[in-house]
Amino acid sequence: MLEIVFFYIAATVALMATVMAMTRPNAIHALIYLIVSLLAVAVIFFLIGAPFAAALEIVIYAGAIMVLFVFVIMMLNLGEKGNKQERQWLQPSIWAGPAILSAILLIELILVISQTNGPVSVAAVSAKQVGLSLFGPYVLAVEIASMLLLAGLVGSFHLGRRYLDRDNLEKQGGQ
Amino acid sequence: MDGLNIPLNHILLVSSLLFAIGMLGLMIRRNIIFILMSLEVMLNAAALAFVAAGAHWGQPDGQVVFMLILTVAAAEVAVGLGLVLQVQKRFKTLDMDDANRMQG
Amino acid sequence: MSETIWLIPLIPLLSSVTLMLVGTRLKASQVGALGVGSVGISALLTLLLATEFMQNQQVIQLSLWTWMEVAGFAPGISFYFDGLTLVMMSVITGVGFLIHLFSTEFMEKDPSYARYFAYLNMFVAAMLVLVMADNLLLLYLGWEGVGVCSYLLVGFWYQHNANGYAARKAFIVTRIGDTAMAMGLLLLFTELGTLDIQTMVGEADQTWQVGATVPTIACLLLVCGAVGKSAQLPLHTWLPDAMAGPTPVSALIHAATMVTAGVYLIARTHELFLLAPIAMTVVAVIGITTSLMAAFTALMQTDIKRILAYSTISQIGYMFLALGVGAWSAGIFHLMTHAFFKALLFLGSGAIIHCLHHEHNIFKMGGLRTRMPVTFWSFMIGSSALAALPMTSGFFSKDQILLQAYQFPEIGPGLWVAGLLGALLTAIYSFRLVFVVFFGSVNTEPDKDTGWRMAVPLSILCLLAMVGGWFMIPVSEVFPASDGSHPAHWVEYVSISVPIVGVLVAYLIFYTGQLKVDRLANSSFGKSLGKLWLSGWGIDLLYDRLFVKPYYGLANKLKSEPVDALYGLIVTINQTLNQWLSSAQSGRMRWYIASMVAGLILVIMLAANLPEGAL
Repeated sequence: MLEIVFFYIAATVALMATVMAMTRPNAIHALIYLIVSLLAVAVIFFLIGAPFAAALEIVIYAGAIMVLFVFVIMMLNLGEKGNKQERQWLQPSIWAGPAILSAILLIELILVISQTNGPVSVAAVSAKQVGLSLFGPYVLAVEIASMLLLAGLVGSFHLGRRYLDRDNLEKQGGQ
Repeated sequence: MDGLNIPLNHILLVSSLLFAIGMLGLMIRRNIIFILMSLEVMLNAAALAFVAAGAHWGQPDGQVVFMLILTVAAAEVAVGLGLVLQVQKRFKTLDMDDANRMQG
Repeated sequence: MSETIWLIPLIPLLSSVTLMLVGTRLKASQVGALGVGSVGISALLTLLLATEFMQNQQVIQLSLWTWMEVAGFAPGISFYFDGLTLVMMSVITGVGFLIHLFSTEFMEKDPSYARYFAYLNMFVAAMLVLVMADNLLLLYLGWEGVGVCSYLLVGFWYQHNANGYAARKAFIVTRIGDTAMAMGLLLLFTELGTLDIQTMVGEADQTWQVGATVPTIACLLLVCGAVGKSAQLPLHTWLPDAMAGPTPVSALIHAATMVTAGVYLIARTHELFLLAPIAMTVVAVIGITTSLMAAFTALMQTDIKRILAYSTISQIGYMFLALGVGAWSAGIFHLMTHAFFKALLFLGSGAIIHCLHHEHNIFKMGGLRTRMPVTFWSFMIGSSALAALPMTSGFFSKDQILLQAYQFPEIGPGLWVAGLLGALLTAIYSFRLVFVVFFGSVNTEPDKDTGWRMAVPLSILCLLAMVGGWFMIPVSEVFPASDGSHPAHWVEYVSISVPIVGVLVAYLIFYTGQLKVDRLANSSFGKSLGKLWLSGWGIDLLYDRLFVKPYYGLANKLKSEPVDALYGLIVTINQTLNQWLSSAQSGRMRWYIASMVAGLILVIMLAANLPEGAL
């Protein structure tokens, strides 16, 4: 019973935080709302019997990935000018069309979802089970994931290196 | 727990809403940082749907896919943020519409 | 001499080529000497030939070489010379020489002096080829050659658009007739297997009965060619516009020689026409209709050269009438006398135009009798001959035509009456011209009188126009003799008196003013009739509406390439699709996302509608 209440609270928080994150002009504010949203989703994971996923959500998503965002935003130094620009870009005329599209998609998804029913299982899926299937039937997926991470590593290094070239730094310092 | 468990379709509804909100953000935002954030939201929504489905059948597969999604998100953010830095350097702006030329 | 007749057309041709190649480097006097001299030599050679022919009456057939040989068809560059050829050659070289001489003064101020003589010499050469040709294909070569020269000379002052238009009109309208003529030649060749005139005529006599279909069609096609070249109805409209060329050109090409080529063609192939009585009747009717139509039109014209142009059409109409009624030698006789007096009139008008600063309107002239005596007498004699006053050259020839027309079976008297009406009108309009231009008050003062190079040709032509009627043209061997019967004497008296009446009418109206025609002319009927005549019965307008405008419209349509437009439609569709697709490829991320979402919506919609269990 309590779980259900917690679920609805967490769901509400997640949705509200996401909406806020999507509409803030200030990047850092948006990011903090996003972290709140991710934490709320982690709560939902925990409630539906996936504690391992919940932990990963907090550690990697809300932790590592979001910190990356923070670093980059700090490096870009957007400031008050960026905020003004963002407000200008968020006119109703701009988001009316996308909103309709999203609404249609949402309605469709709801119609599809409404055909399914039944509760989620009570029994939690432990980390051990996850690990077993991860390195059992899904070992190929793990390999692919590792390749993807390697590619991301190389790509980000390659892209970031030029940005940090010495002459570039000097130029920026000179400005 | 005698039928008082969390209904699957409610979780899926939350997931859909998150997905829709993320997509709306993707479409209305011009700043690349926000676009990346919207992508995170959408990936997260998809992950939620997977985990919920895994929990529904009591199988670990949902969480396995969640981990894969996590990997994708991490790699995407790493490359994406590198690109953001490059765009800022070249165009002196983060406006996606200004970077619509197909060459440097 | 008989072996060297090929020199006669060759000399003007060589001179023409020389003038074309080096004409601009020669002095004007040298150009004139070359241009006039070459035609002069041809004229002398023709004179020698004529004296020889008069003595022995020998027909010359000279084959130089085979032009081409294709499947049994071997037309030669070969000449045929008999009395008819001699008459034509004499006119061409003789009158041509005088006109060349006249031109040296008329054109002396023109910057394109050499070009002018090059064209004119080439014309003489082509015309000589036309009349000397032994076969119809060589004749056709000359026929087209004179057409080209006519085109070049009408558009000689090509700097003005109107002249170019007139030249094109002359070329295209005659081309209509020429096409029909080419068809006639092809028909004759397929039926008889040769285009050689003499053999062809012999074959035709044996192959066909009188009145058979094939010779009738062939003759009618030849008539079409003749009608185009000789400016007869309905292809006469080019000739008045062709007056845009220099006046000596009008005298030579559009009065004396080229326009009579049609007459020559019919006379040359008269044996064929004798097999086709229908075609002959058509020729007679065309001739008399044209004659009347042109005479009425000439009454109202104010441009001196257009009056003469319409009178030429009218006189050639008489020649056609003569040919149509079988009065071959009378037709050729009229051709010759007409060449004399019409060349005289044209050169006279050229002298007036030359001395009056290119004034063409006869009502702006006047009183020139004392200012330009040579021209005045030229006009007096020329107009008398044109009006066929007794004892002038025109009198003899026209009288013959009218008398023989009267004897033509069935419609003869009708033709005669119409011919008389034409003669009356001819007298009126020609003396209207004389009285308006040479009598009355001086409206424009001429700045000079004619020089000797103008006066000499005029004088010689005056003489010819007077005495030309006593020449005996040596065509009795060529044409079948007429039966020699004469109509009643009253017919002859009426024929003689009608022109005199015409002159009297013109005198009363335009000189003394005793005969008032103003009331008649100013009535609404008179006005509209006058307008109709002034516009040449509106035929130009009719053709403009009927052919030129629709053709231009069609050409304009085709200019935008309607067939290409069909293919262009495919291109346009592809381009439109391309634009749609490439506008989708705008590089704008948010549009990509939006379209992806739209696609997603579609996919889900489809997937959700799938039957249960398919997912």
